[in-house]
Amino acid sequence: MSPLVKIENLCKSFGNSDVLKDISLEIKKGEVMCIIGPSGSGKTTLARCINFLETCDSGKITVGNDLIGFKELNGKIIPLNETKTSKQRRNIGMVFQKFNLFSHLNALENITIGPTKVLGTDVKESIDEAKDLLKRVGLEEKCYSYPSQLSGGQQQRVAIARALAMKPILMLFDEPTSALDPETVGEVLEVMKELANGGMTMIIVTHEMGFAKEVADKVVMMDHGQIVEIGSAEKIFSNATNPRTKAFLEMML
Amino acid sequence: MGNLNLDIPFFFEYLFNPPDILLYGVWLTISIAFVAQTLGVIGGLFVALLRMSQRWWLRELGKLYIWIFRGVPLLVQLVIVYTGVAAAGLYKYPDIVIGPFTLSGPMQAAILALSLHEAAYMAEIFRAAISSIDRGQFDAARAVGMSPFTAMRWIILPQAIRIVIPPLGNEFTLMIKGTSLLAIIGIRELFGTIQQLNAATFRTFELFVIAAIWYLILITIMGFIQKHVEAYYSKHELPAEQNFKKKYKSRNLLSNNR
Repeated sequence: MSPLVKIENLCKSFGNSDVLKDISLEIKKGEVMCIIGPSGSGKTTLARCINFLETCDSGKITVGNDLIGFKELNGKIIPLNETKTSKQRRNIGMVFQKFNLFSHLNALENITIGPTKVLGTDVKESIDEAKDLLKRVGLEEKCYSYPSQLSGGQQQRVAIARALAMKPILMLFDEPTSALDPETVGEVLEVMKELANGGMTMIIVTHEMGFAKEVADKVVMMDHGQIVEIGSAEKIFSNATNPRTKAFLEMML
Repeated sequence: MGNLNLDIPFFFEYLFNPPDILLYGVWLTISIAFVAQTLGVIGGLFVALLRMSQRWWLRELGKLYIWIFRGVPLLVQLVIVYTGVAAAGLYKYPDIVIGPFTLSGPMQAAILALSLHEAAYMAEIFRAAISSIDRGQFDAARAVGMSPFTAMRWIILPQAIRIVIPPLGNEFTLMIKGTSLLAIIGIRELFGTIQQLNAATFRTFELFVIAAIWYLILITIMGFIQKHVEAYYSKHELPAEQNFKKKYKSRNLLSNNR
Protein backbone atom coordinates (compact mmCIF):
# COMPACT_ATOMS: atom_id res chain seq x y z
CA MET A 1 0.00 0.00 0.00
CA SER A 2 1.39 3.39 -0.90
CA PRO A 3 1.82 5.78 2.02
CA LEU A 4 -0.81 8.43 2.74
CA VAL A 5 1.79 11.07 3.55
CA LYS A 6 5.16 11.12 1.89
CA ILE A 7 7.77 13.71 2.80
CA GLU A 8 10.91 13.78 0.67
CA ASN A 9 14.08 15.76 1.37
CA LEU A 10 12.31 18.64 3.07
CA CYS A 11 14.49 21.65 3.87
CA LYS A 12 13.52 24.92 5.49
CA SER A 13 15.45 27.79 6.98
CA PHE A 14 14.51 31.03 8.69
CA GLY A 15 17.22 33.53 7.84
CA ASN A 16 20.53 31.89 8.72
CA SER A 17 19.21 29.07 10.84
CA ASP A 18 18.33 25.80 9.18
CA VAL A 19 15.18 24.60 10.88
CA LEU A 20 14.61 21.47 8.80
CA LYS A 21 17.52 19.65 7.19
CA ASP A 22 16.64 17.02 4.61
CA ILE A 23 13.65 15.42 6.30
CA SER A 24 12.12 12.33 4.71
CA LEU A 25 9.19 10.44 6.23
CA GLU A 26 6.34 8.16 5.24
CA ILE A 27 3.05 7.59 7.04
CA LYS A 28 0.55 4.91 6.10
CA LYS A 29 -3.19 5.31 6.31
CA GLY A 30 -4.42 4.75 9.87
CA GLU A 31 -0.99 5.18 11.41
CA VAL A 32 -0.33 7.41 14.40
CA MET A 33 3.03 9.09 14.35
CA CYS A 34 4.40 11.02 17.31
CA ILE A 35 7.20 13.49 16.80
CA ILE A 36 9.27 14.13 19.90
CA GLY A 37 12.42 16.10 20.59
CA PRO A 38 13.74 19.13 22.45
CA SER A 39 12.22 22.55 21.75
CA GLY A 40 13.71 24.27 18.74
CA SER A 41 14.28 20.98 16.98
CA GLY A 42 11.88 21.85 14.14
CA LYS A 43 8.92 19.67 15.11
CA THR A 44 6.33 22.44 14.87
CA THR A 45 7.75 23.76 11.60
CA LEU A 46 7.56 20.26 10.13
CA ALA A 47 3.90 19.96 11.11
CA ARG A 48 3.14 23.40 9.67
CA CYS A 49 4.88 22.54 6.40
CA ILE A 50 2.64 19.52 5.90
CA ASN A 51 -0.45 21.70 5.37
CA PHE A 52 1.59 24.52 3.85
CA LEU A 53 1.03 27.04 6.63
CA GLU A 54 4.79 27.27 6.32
CA THR A 55 6.45 27.17 2.89
CA CYS A 56 9.37 24.78 2.58
CA ASP A 57 12.52 25.88 0.73
CA SER A 58 12.98 22.58 -1.07
CA GLY A 59 11.63 19.06 -1.00
CA LYS A 60 8.27 17.50 -1.68
CA ILE A 61 5.25 16.67 0.45
CA THR A 62 2.48 14.46 -0.84
CA VAL A 63 -0.76 13.92 1.06
CA GLY A 64 -3.11 11.48 -0.63
CA ASN A 65 -2.89 12.46 -4.28
CA ASP A 66 -1.97 16.10 -3.66
CA LEU A 67 1.49 17.53 -4.02
CA ILE A 68 1.12 20.13 -1.27
CA GLY A 69 1.50 23.76 -2.40
CA PHE A 70 2.61 22.85 -5.91
CA LYS A 71 1.50 21.17 -9.08
CA GLU A 72 3.40 19.20 -11.62
CA LEU A 73 3.02 20.37 -15.18
CA ASN A 74 5.04 18.79 -18.01
CA GLY A 75 7.66 17.61 -15.57
CA LYS A 76 8.02 21.06 -14.02
CA ILE A 77 6.95 21.93 -10.50
CA ILE A 78 4.90 25.12 -10.26
CA PRO A 79 3.77 26.81 -7.01
CA LEU A 80 0.00 27.03 -6.47
CA ASN A 81 -1.68 30.25 -5.41
CA GLU A 82 -3.19 30.56 -1.94
CA THR A 83 -6.74 29.83 -3.14
CA LYS A 84 -5.68 26.52 -4.71
CA THR A 85 -3.56 25.59 -1.69
CA SER A 86 -6.54 26.25 0.57
CA LYS A 87 -8.45 23.56 -1.35
CA GLN A 88 -5.72 21.03 -0.50
CA ARG A 89 -5.90 22.01 3.17
CA ARG A 90 -9.55 20.93 3.40
CA ASN A 91 -8.38 17.33 3.67
CA ILE A 92 -5.92 18.03 6.47
CA GLY A 93 -7.14 18.89 9.94
CA MET A 94 -4.91 20.84 12.29
CA VAL A 95 -4.98 21.40 16.03
CA PHE A 96 -2.81 24.15 17.46
CA GLN A 97 -0.97 24.61 20.71
CA LYS A 98 -2.96 27.75 21.50
CA PHE A 99 -6.30 26.30 20.23
CA ASN A 100 -6.97 29.33 17.98
CA LEU A 101 -10.72 29.00 18.16
CA PHE A 102 -12.50 31.78 16.28
CA SER A 103 -13.12 34.10 19.20
CA HIS A 104 -16.24 35.81 17.79
CA LEU A 105 -18.08 32.51 17.27
CA ASN A 106 -19.55 30.10 19.80
CA ALA A 107 -18.50 26.45 19.99
CA LEU A 108 -21.15 25.28 17.55
CA GLU A 109 -20.41 28.03 15.02
CA ASN A 110 -16.69 27.34 15.28
CA ILE A 111 -17.41 23.83 14.06
CA THR A 112 -20.01 24.64 11.39
CA ILE A 113 -18.23 27.56 9.76
CA GLY A 114 -15.74 25.34 7.92
CA PRO A 115 -18.26 22.94 6.36
CA THR A 116 -20.79 25.69 5.51
CA LYS A 117 -18.43 28.34 4.12
CA VAL A 118 -15.75 26.12 2.61
CA LEU A 119 -17.52 22.92 1.56
CA GLY A 120 -20.95 24.47 1.05
CA THR A 121 -22.65 21.96 3.33
CA ASP A 122 -26.30 22.63 4.20
CA VAL A 123 -26.55 24.63 7.46
CA LYS A 124 -29.02 22.29 9.17
CA GLU A 125 -26.99 19.24 8.28
CA SER A 126 -23.75 20.78 9.52
CA ILE A 127 -25.38 21.82 12.82
CA ASP A 128 -26.48 18.21 13.37
CA GLU A 129 -22.97 17.00 12.59
CA ALA A 130 -21.43 19.62 14.85
CA LYS A 131 -23.68 18.54 17.72
CA ASP A 132 -22.61 14.93 17.18
CA LEU A 133 -18.97 15.98 17.19
CA LEU A 134 -19.42 18.01 20.38
CA LYS A 135 -21.00 14.95 21.95
CA ARG A 136 -18.03 12.87 20.85
CA VAL A 137 -15.62 15.22 22.60
CA GLY A 138 -17.92 15.38 25.63
CA LEU A 139 -19.08 18.99 25.29
CA GLU A 140 -22.66 18.75 24.06
CA GLU A 141 -23.81 21.12 26.82
CA LYS A 142 -21.31 23.81 25.69
CA CYS A 143 -22.81 24.37 22.22
CA TYR A 144 -23.46 28.06 22.75
CA SER A 145 -20.44 28.97 24.86
CA TYR A 146 -17.87 31.36 23.44
CA PRO A 147 -14.18 30.43 23.57
CA SER A 148 -13.55 32.97 26.34
CA GLN A 149 -16.09 31.11 28.48
CA LEU A 150 -14.39 27.71 28.07
CA SER A 151 -11.38 26.24 29.87
CA GLY A 152 -8.24 25.41 27.91
CA GLY A 153 -9.05 21.72 27.76
CA GLN A 154 -12.59 22.45 26.58
CA GLN A 155 -11.33 24.87 23.93
CA GLN A 156 -8.89 22.29 22.64
CA ARG A 157 -11.62 19.66 22.41
CA VAL A 158 -13.79 22.08 20.42
CA ALA A 159 -10.75 22.73 18.19
CA ILE A 160 -10.43 18.99 17.55
CA ALA A 161 -14.15 18.83 16.70
CA ARG A 162 -13.72 21.81 14.37
CA ALA A 163 -10.95 20.02 12.49
CA LEU A 164 -12.94 16.77 12.31
CA ALA A 165 -15.97 18.56 10.86
CA MET A 166 -14.06 18.92 7.59
CA LYS A 167 -13.80 15.09 7.41
CA PRO A 168 -10.04 15.15 7.01
CA ILE A 169 -7.93 12.22 5.83
CA LEU A 170 -5.09 13.35 8.09
CA MET A 171 -4.96 15.16 11.43
CA LEU A 172 -1.99 17.26 12.52
CA PHE A 173 -1.52 18.08 16.20
CA ASP A 174 0.99 20.75 17.11
CA GLU A 175 1.74 20.29 20.81
CA PRO A 176 -1.98 20.09 21.61
CA THR A 177 -1.54 19.88 25.38
CA SER A 178 1.45 22.16 25.96
CA ALA A 179 -0.64 25.24 26.77
CA LEU A 180 -3.04 23.40 29.08
CA ASP A 181 -3.35 23.23 32.84
CA PRO A 182 -2.13 19.82 34.04
CA GLU A 183 -5.60 18.78 35.18
CA THR A 184 -7.15 19.31 31.72
CA VAL A 185 -4.42 17.53 29.74
CA GLY A 186 -6.04 14.14 30.36
CA GLU A 187 -9.40 15.01 28.80
CA VAL A 188 -7.74 16.14 25.55
CA LEU A 189 -5.47 13.08 25.36
CA GLU A 190 -8.52 10.89 25.94
CA VAL A 191 -10.25 12.38 22.89
CA MET A 192 -7.10 11.90 20.83
CA LYS A 193 -6.79 8.30 21.94
CA GLU A 194 -10.34 7.56 20.81
CA LEU A 195 -9.59 9.19 17.51
CA ALA A 196 -6.51 7.01 17.07
CA ASN A 197 -8.48 3.89 17.95
CA GLY A 198 -11.05 4.91 15.36
CA GLY A 199 -8.41 4.58 12.64
CA MET A 200 -7.60 8.26 11.99
CA THR A 201 -4.19 8.95 10.49
CA MET A 202 -2.47 11.32 12.90
CA ILE A 203 0.80 13.20 13.14
CA ILE A 204 1.30 14.45 16.69
CA VAL A 205 4.02 16.78 17.89
CA THR A 206 4.10 16.19 21.62
CA HIS A 207 5.99 16.28 24.90
CA GLU A 208 3.60 13.75 26.47
CA MET A 209 5.88 10.71 26.48
CA GLY A 210 3.40 8.46 28.26
CA PHE A 211 0.80 9.22 25.59
CA ALA A 212 3.27 8.65 22.75
CA LYS A 213 4.30 5.32 24.24
CA GLU A 214 0.70 4.17 24.47
CA VAL A 215 -0.76 5.43 21.21
CA ALA A 216 2.00 5.85 18.63
CA ASP A 217 2.65 3.31 15.90
CA LYS A 218 5.79 5.18 14.99
CA VAL A 219 7.88 7.60 17.02
CA VAL A 220 10.19 10.11 15.38
CA MET A 221 12.92 11.73 17.43
CA MET A 222 14.08 15.08 16.08
CA ASP A 223 16.97 17.28 17.08
CA HIS A 224 18.46 20.34 15.37
CA GLY A 225 16.22 19.98 12.33
CA GLN A 226 17.13 16.39 11.66
CA ILE A 227 15.54 13.03 12.29
CA VAL A 228 17.78 11.38 14.86
CA GLU A 229 15.92 8.14 15.20
CA ILE A 230 12.71 6.60 13.99
CA GLY A 231 10.98 3.42 15.04
CA SER A 232 8.08 1.78 16.82
CA ALA A 233 7.11 3.19 20.21
CA GLU A 234 8.51 0.10 21.87
CA LYS A 235 11.85 0.41 20.13
CA ILE A 236 12.30 4.13 20.87
CA PHE A 237 11.17 4.04 24.48
CA SER A 238 12.82 0.74 25.49
CA ASN A 239 15.74 0.18 23.10
CA ALA A 240 16.80 3.56 21.75
CA THR A 241 20.15 3.20 20.03
CA ASN A 242 21.03 6.83 19.42
CA PRO A 243 22.74 8.53 22.38
CA ARG A 244 20.81 11.79 21.81
CA THR A 245 17.49 9.97 21.98
CA LYS A 246 18.59 8.22 25.16
CA ALA A 247 19.69 11.49 26.76
CA PHE A 248 16.44 13.24 25.79
CA LEU A 249 14.22 10.43 27.08
CA GLU A 250 16.15 10.19 30.32
CA MET A 251 15.51 13.89 30.87
CA MET A 252 11.79 13.61 30.02
CA LEU A 253 10.89 10.43 31.91
CA MET B 1 -20.41 97.45 29.13
CA GLY B 2 -22.88 100.06 28.08
CA ASN B 3 -25.82 98.97 26.01
CA LEU B 4 -26.58 95.26 26.41
CA ASN B 5 -28.18 93.94 23.23
CA LEU B 6 -29.83 90.64 24.06
CA ASP B 7 -33.27 89.58 22.88
CA ILE B 8 -34.29 86.93 25.40
CA PRO B 9 -37.83 86.34 23.99
CA PHE B 10 -36.29 85.90 20.51
CA PHE B 11 -33.89 83.29 21.92
CA PHE B 12 -36.62 81.25 23.59
CA GLU B 13 -38.92 81.58 20.61
CA TYR B 14 -36.26 80.12 18.28
CA LEU B 15 -35.20 77.52 20.83
CA PHE B 16 -38.60 76.06 21.69
CA ASN B 17 -40.48 76.88 18.53
CA PRO B 18 -37.86 76.50 15.81
CA PRO B 19 -38.87 77.51 12.28
CA ASP B 20 -39.15 74.71 9.72
CA ILE B 21 -35.99 75.74 7.90
CA LEU B 22 -33.99 75.23 11.10
CA LEU B 23 -35.44 71.75 11.62
CA TYR B 24 -34.70 71.01 7.99
CA GLY B 25 -31.11 72.14 8.59
CA VAL B 26 -30.79 69.74 11.54
CA TRP B 27 -32.22 66.93 9.41
CA LEU B 28 -29.76 67.75 6.63
CA THR B 29 -26.83 67.70 9.08
CA ILE B 30 -27.81 64.26 10.36
CA SER B 31 -28.44 62.76 6.94
CA ILE B 32 -25.29 64.15 5.32
CA ALA B 33 -23.20 62.95 8.28
CA PHE B 34 -24.81 59.52 8.12
CA VAL B 35 -24.35 59.05 4.38
CA ALA B 36 -20.77 60.38 4.40
CA GLN B 37 -19.85 58.22 7.40
CA THR B 38 -21.26 55.11 5.76
CA LEU B 39 -19.33 55.77 2.55
CA GLY B 40 -16.26 56.65 4.62
CA VAL B 41 -16.41 53.29 6.40
CA ILE B 42 -16.67 51.38 3.12
CA GLY B 43 -13.90 53.45 1.53
CA GLY B 44 -11.78 53.15 4.67
CA LEU B 45 -12.02 49.39 4.64
CA PHE B 46 -10.94 49.37 1.02
CA VAL B 47 -7.98 51.69 1.68
CA ALA B 48 -6.98 49.62 4.73
CA LEU B 49 -6.89 46.48 2.57
CA LEU B 50 -4.74 48.34 0.03
CA ARG B 51 -2.49 49.50 2.83
CA MET B 52 -1.98 45.89 3.99
CA SER B 53 -1.70 44.30 0.54
CA GLN B 54 1.04 41.81 -0.33
CA ARG B 55 2.01 43.98 -3.30
CA TRP B 56 4.25 46.91 -2.48
CA TRP B 57 2.73 49.32 -5.01
CA LEU B 58 -0.77 48.82 -3.62
CA ARG B 59 0.59 49.44 -0.13
CA GLU B 60 2.27 52.66 -1.30
CA LEU B 61 -0.96 53.73 -3.00
CA GLY B 62 -2.83 53.27 0.27
CA LYS B 63 -0.17 55.21 2.17
CA LEU B 64 -0.32 58.05 -0.37
CA TYR B 65 -4.09 58.27 -0.04
CA ILE B 66 -3.96 58.45 3.74
CA TRP B 67 -1.13 60.97 3.62
CA ILE B 68 -3.05 63.33 1.32
CA PHE B 69 -6.52 63.08 2.84
CA ARG B 70 -5.37 63.32 6.44
CA GLY B 71 -2.81 65.99 5.71
CA VAL B 72 -4.98 68.52 3.88
CA PRO B 73 -7.59 70.36 6.01
CA LEU B 74 -11.15 69.33 5.28
CA LEU B 75 -12.10 72.91 4.47
CA VAL B 76 -9.42 73.09 1.77
CA GLN B 77 -10.51 69.73 0.34
CA LEU B 78 -14.10 70.92 0.25
CA VAL B 79 -13.30 74.08 -1.68
CA ILE B 80 -11.10 72.20 -4.16
CA VAL B 81 -13.70 69.48 -4.74
CA TYR B 82 -16.54 71.92 -5.34
CA THR B 83 -15.61 75.52 -6.05
CA GLY B 84 -12.12 74.82 -7.39
CA VAL B 85 -13.14 72.14 -9.83
CA ALA B 86 -15.97 74.29 -11.18
CA ALA B 87 -13.87 77.45 -11.39
CA ALA B 88 -11.19 75.65 -13.39
CA GLY B 89 -13.87 74.31 -15.75
CA LEU B 90 -12.80 70.74 -14.92
CA TYR B 91 -16.14 69.40 -13.86
CA LYS B 92 -19.62 70.63 -13.22
CA TYR B 93 -21.83 68.56 -10.95
CA PRO B 94 -25.14 67.76 -12.68
CA ASP B 95 -28.25 67.45 -10.51
CA ILE B 96 -28.95 63.83 -9.73
CA VAL B 97 -32.61 62.94 -9.33
CA ILE B 98 -33.39 59.91 -7.16
CA GLY B 99 -37.14 59.43 -6.90
CA PRO B 100 -38.59 62.44 -5.05
CA PHE B 101 -35.13 63.72 -4.02
CA THR B 102 -32.79 65.88 -6.03
CA LEU B 103 -29.14 65.72 -5.13
CA SER B 104 -27.71 69.13 -5.97
CA GLY B 105 -24.12 69.78 -7.05
CA PRO B 106 -22.97 71.16 -3.69
CA MET B 107 -24.55 68.16 -1.92
CA GLN B 108 -22.68 65.71 -4.14
CA ALA B 109 -19.43 67.57 -3.60
CA ALA B 110 -20.05 67.71 0.15
CA ILE B 111 -20.72 63.99 0.47
CA LEU B 112 -17.76 63.20 -1.78
CA ALA B 113 -15.30 65.39 0.15
CA LEU B 114 -16.48 64.24 3.58
CA SER B 115 -16.39 60.56 2.57
CA LEU B 116 -12.93 60.76 1.01
CA HIS B 117 -11.61 62.56 4.08
CA GLU B 118 -13.27 60.15 6.48
CA ALA B 119 -12.04 57.10 4.55
CA ALA B 120 -8.45 58.08 5.35
CA TYR B 121 -9.16 58.08 9.08
CA MET B 122 -11.28 54.92 8.94
CA ALA B 123 -8.49 53.18 7.00
CA GLU B 124 -6.09 53.67 9.88
CA ILE B 125 -8.70 52.44 12.35
CA PHE B 126 -9.40 49.31 10.29
CA ARG B 127 -5.70 48.68 9.82
CA ALA B 128 -5.04 48.85 13.57
CA ALA B 129 -8.05 46.60 14.19
CA ILE B 130 -7.02 43.95 11.67
CA SER B 131 -3.41 43.94 12.84
CA SER B 132 -4.51 43.51 16.45
CA ILE B 133 -6.12 40.17 15.58
CA ASP B 134 -3.94 37.25 16.63
CA ARG B 135 -1.95 35.45 13.90
CA GLY B 136 -3.47 32.22 15.19
CA GLN B 137 -6.88 33.27 13.85
CA PHE B 138 -5.43 33.51 10.32
CA ASP B 139 -3.64 30.17 10.78
CA ALA B 140 -6.80 28.46 11.99
CA ALA B 141 -8.86 29.90 9.13
CA ARG B 142 -6.31 28.65 6.60
CA ALA B 143 -6.13 25.27 8.34
CA VAL B 144 -9.86 24.65 7.84
CA GLY B 145 -9.30 25.28 4.15
CA MET B 146 -10.57 28.85 3.83
CA SER B 147 -9.37 30.89 0.88
CA PRO B 148 -7.93 34.33 1.74
CA PHE B 149 -11.26 35.94 0.79
CA THR B 150 -13.37 33.53 2.85
CA ALA B 151 -11.07 33.97 5.86
CA MET B 152 -11.31 37.74 5.58
CA ARG B 153 -15.08 37.71 5.15
CA TRP B 154 -16.01 35.26 7.92
CA ILE B 155 -13.17 35.31 10.43
CA ILE B 156 -11.09 38.48 10.29
CA LEU B 157 -13.60 41.20 9.35
CA PRO B 158 -16.32 40.22 11.83
CA GLN B 159 -13.75 40.53 14.60
CA ALA B 160 -12.29 43.73 13.16
CA ILE B 161 -15.72 45.37 12.86
CA ARG B 162 -16.49 44.71 16.50
CA ILE B 163 -13.22 46.32 17.52
CA VAL B 164 -13.93 49.29 15.28
CA ILE B 165 -17.28 50.20 16.86
CA PRO B 166 -16.02 52.41 19.73
CA PRO B 167 -13.73 54.59 17.57
CA LEU B 168 -16.45 54.62 14.89
CA GLY B 169 -18.80 56.35 17.33
CA ASN B 170 -16.09 58.87 17.98
CA GLU B 171 -15.60 59.44 14.26
CA PHE B 172 -19.32 59.97 13.77
CA THR B 173 -19.49 62.73 16.37
CA LEU B 174 -16.56 64.41 14.63
CA MET B 175 -18.41 63.98 11.34
CA ILE B 176 -21.53 65.71 12.71
CA LYS B 177 -19.43 68.66 13.81
CA GLY B 178 -17.48 68.59 10.54
CA THR B 179 -20.64 69.14 8.50
CA SER B 180 -20.68 72.73 9.80
CA LEU B 181 -17.95 73.46 7.24
CA LEU B 182 -20.37 72.74 4.41
CA ALA B 183 -21.88 76.22 4.75
CA ILE B 184 -18.85 77.45 2.78
CA ILE B 185 -20.11 75.76 -0.39
CA GLY B 186 -23.64 77.00 0.21
CA ILE B 187 -25.30 74.05 1.88
CA ARG B 188 -28.05 74.99 4.29
CA GLU B 189 -27.39 72.44 6.97
CA LEU B 190 -27.64 73.44 10.62
CA PHE B 191 -24.78 75.95 10.54
CA GLY B 192 -25.68 77.31 7.11
CA THR B 193 -29.29 77.83 8.16
CA ILE B 194 -28.25 79.66 11.30
CA GLN B 195 -26.04 81.92 9.18
CA GLN B 196 -28.96 82.59 6.89
CA LEU B 197 -31.27 83.46 9.81
CA ASN B 198 -28.53 85.66 11.22
CA ALA B 199 -28.30 87.60 7.99
CA ALA B 200 -32.03 88.36 8.26
CA THR B 201 -32.24 89.13 12.00
CA PHE B 202 -28.70 90.10 13.16
CA ARG B 203 -29.31 88.23 16.42
CA THR B 204 -25.88 86.60 16.18
CA PHE B 205 -25.35 85.61 19.82
CA GLU B 206 -28.81 84.13 20.33
CA LEU B 207 -28.75 82.18 17.07
CA PHE B 208 -25.29 80.69 17.44
CA VAL B 209 -25.98 79.65 21.03
CA ILE B 210 -29.01 77.86 19.60
CA ALA B 211 -26.75 76.19 17.02
CA ALA B 212 -24.41 75.10 19.83
CA ILE B 213 -27.34 73.62 21.75
CA TRP B 214 -28.49 71.66 18.69
CA TYR B 215 -25.00 70.24 18.14
CA LEU B 216 -24.82 69.22 21.81
CA ILE B 217 -28.20 67.50 21.55
CA LEU B 218 -27.06 65.52 18.49
CA ILE B 219 -23.72 64.57 20.08
CA THR B 220 -25.43 63.51 23.32
CA ILE B 221 -27.93 61.28 21.49
CA MET B 222 -24.99 59.75 19.58
CA GLY B 223 -23.09 59.09 22.79
CA PHE B 224 -26.16 57.41 24.25
CA ILE B 225 -26.55 55.10 21.24
CA GLN B 226 -22.83 54.33 21.26
CA LYS B 227 -22.90 53.38 24.94
CA HIS B 228 -25.68 50.86 24.32
CA VAL B 229 -24.02 49.33 21.26
CA GLU B 230 -20.76 48.91 23.18
CA ALA B 231 -22.53 47.38 26.17
CA TYR B 232 -24.21 44.91 23.84
CA TYR B 233 -20.89 43.80 22.35
CA SER B 234 -18.88 43.73 25.57
CA LYS B 235 -20.76 40.65 26.77
CA HIS B 236 -17.81 38.57 25.65
CA GLU B 237 -14.76 40.62 24.87
CA LEU B 238 -12.49 39.45 22.06
CA PRO B 239 -8.79 39.08 22.91
CA ALA B 240 -8.02 41.36 19.97
CA GLU B 241 -9.92 44.22 21.58
CA GLN B 242 -7.30 44.58 24.29
CA ASN B 243 -4.52 44.62 21.69
CA PHE B 244 -6.34 47.25 19.67
CA LYS B 245 -6.48 49.72 22.54
CA LYS B 246 -2.67 49.73 22.62
CA LYS B 247 -2.32 50.10 18.86
CA TYR B 248 -4.79 52.83 18.10
CA LYS B 249 -5.17 56.14 19.84
CA SER B 250 -8.47 57.68 18.83
CA ARG B 251 -8.69 61.28 17.82
CA ASN B 252 -9.37 63.16 21.00
CA LEU B 253 -12.68 64.97 21.12
CA LEU B 254 -11.25 67.68 23.35
CA SER B 255 -8.11 68.45 21.37
CA ASN B 256 -9.57 69.57 18.09
CA ASN B 257 -7.25 67.87 15.61
CA ARG B 258 -9.54 67.90 12.62
